[in-house]
Amino acid sequence: MHPAPSIVFFTTASGAGYGLLLLLGLLVPTGLVPAERWLGLVAMGLSLGLVTLGLLSSTFHLGHPERAWRALSQWRSSWLSREGVMALLTYGPAGLFAYGWIVLQRVDGIWAVSALLAAVGAFLTVICTAMIYASLKPIRQWHDPKVVLVYLAFAVMTGALLLNATLHLFGRASGWSDALMVGALWIAWAIKFVYWLSIGSTDGISTPETATGLSAQGQVRLLDPPHSESNYLLREMAFRVARKHARRLRALAVLLGLVAPTLLGAVVIFAGGWVDIAVALLAAACGTSGVIVERWLFFAEAKHTVTLYYGARAA
Amino acid sequence: MTSLPAQAPSKRLGLVIDLDTCVGCQACVVNCKEWNTGGYPAPLSDQDPYGAEPIGAWLNRVHSFEVGDGAEGRTVHFPKSCLHCEDAACVTVCPTGASYKREEDGIVLVDESICIGCGLCAWACPYGARELDPVGGVMKKCTLCVDRIYNENLPVEDREPACVTTCPARARHFGDLADPESDVSKLVAERDGMDLMPELGYRPTNKYLPPRPRMDRPGTTGAPAALEPATAEGGFLGWLDNVLSR
Repeated sequence: MHPAPSIVFFTTASGAGYGLLLLLGLLVPTGLVPAERWLGLVAMGLSLGLVTLGLLSSTFHLGHPERAWRALSQWRSSWLSREGVMALLTYGPAGLFAYGWIVLQRVDGIWAVSALLAAVGAFLTVICTAMIYASLKPIRQWHDPKVVLVYLAFAVMTGALLLNATLHLFGRASGWSDALMVGALWIAWAIKFVYWLSIGSTDGISTPETATGLSAQGQVRLLDPPHSESNYLLREMAFRVARKHARRLRALAVLLGLVAPTLLGAVVIFAGGWVDIAVALLAAACGTSGVIVERWLFFAEAKHTVTLYYGARAA
Repeated sequence: MTSLPAQAPSKRLGLVIDLDTCVGCQACVVNCKEWNTGGYPAPLSDQDPYGAEPIGAWLNRVHSFEVGDGAEGRTVHFPKSCLHCEDAACVTVCPTGASYKREEDGIVLVDESICIGCGLCAWACPYGARELDPVGGVMKKCTLCVDRIYNENLPVEDREPACVTTCPARARHFGDLADPESDVSKLVAERDGMDLMPELGYRPTNKYLPPRPRMDRPGTTGAPAALEPATAEGGFLGWLDNVLSR
């Protein structure tokens, strides 16, 4: 599948934003994250800013961005529509949570309830995003319940990286936030590793023979493609560059997304002052870049059954 | 509304495509483009049509495959357009309601005035039946020539999809596949018509007729396996045979 930059950016940015919102919604009312005004402004600004940028960028690949509002209407059947609806609904409690925290400096009572509702909204929105992909039967690498886990785990992981960097920036970090970050990193990449193993060890059920119905006649090979130049299907669904370099790109994703932030996380524990702020920010930057590579691969490594009509042996 | 019709449509209009007789001439591809670029929706545009890399939206494409090996090998021309599935995921994934399946005849259509061009329906289609129009920014697909088949301004014999009327090999047939007495249903029953990728469960309406068994081998046509022996027993021809055989 063609990794459109706007979708790669959207899923990474909004995933990080919702992951951060999920953590803040759960942790701020408990007092683990102090309810300070400037910390709140930066953390909530970062979270809702990333979510909003991501949502806006997702409209860039549309043929008719001006009609994007229509995408809210079909929530009964469409995961894309549900994602839009959940994203908008989440702004409500998230806005109240931000108002209580930043303006009133209150995170108890109804403000705690709205924090919790914002966390639930963030959680459900990420599930909807993942289900857009996981519900597509023609793409076997996506049609897998593990895709939902991967999206959730990476959202929490990037959220934890951003939360830890923000806490260090305000000198409010403590052992638990470093530990949360490293734990989230390892859990997310462990799930991703299981996902990589499973897509590498299973074959699709469709073949050129089932796609043409000609299995009784023997093996099917493409003799003449239906068109001499490219077309929408090939551009959109027969992307091949990444599969050639998949192993190196996976290594790069793990190096940037897991190894670097883990090592930097260890440095943070022993460092102090300006160094730990710089290192925590660097860890967040590395981790997020790793997730961008991972997300790019998620698209580029996925193979659509339409390629079976264009000479692919398996999809 | 992008939910599928609650009850199965009473009619299931679709195509039956004969892989035995299709000669791969591409006439259906061209006539489809010709009709649909001037038909009821926005034009089916092409970009850079005379340049080095032309690209455009087409609703019907003919692939040619080689099937089997050695002496058993054969060429199969394979036309492919929307199959108007009963379980059409292209409809249910649509976030705007632009993609829909008609209750009255099962045809899957796109309302281009509310399509946002997100492309998700094309991803959801395992057959590659949908192409985004590069100029219009909306999704294009086979309409089963809905603007021909019910068109009372056309003579009755022309109220068929453009691809069907133009096929010189009569490899394409149009009709109601929900009616077991229709010509297309009988053809499917007689020739063991099949679904494409049945394992994915989309339940396509269009059916494909497999190539018939080969008829170019001794004994397969009903004719004698070899010519009569050329030995004449007697008379003038016998004498001639003897003379010439020395």
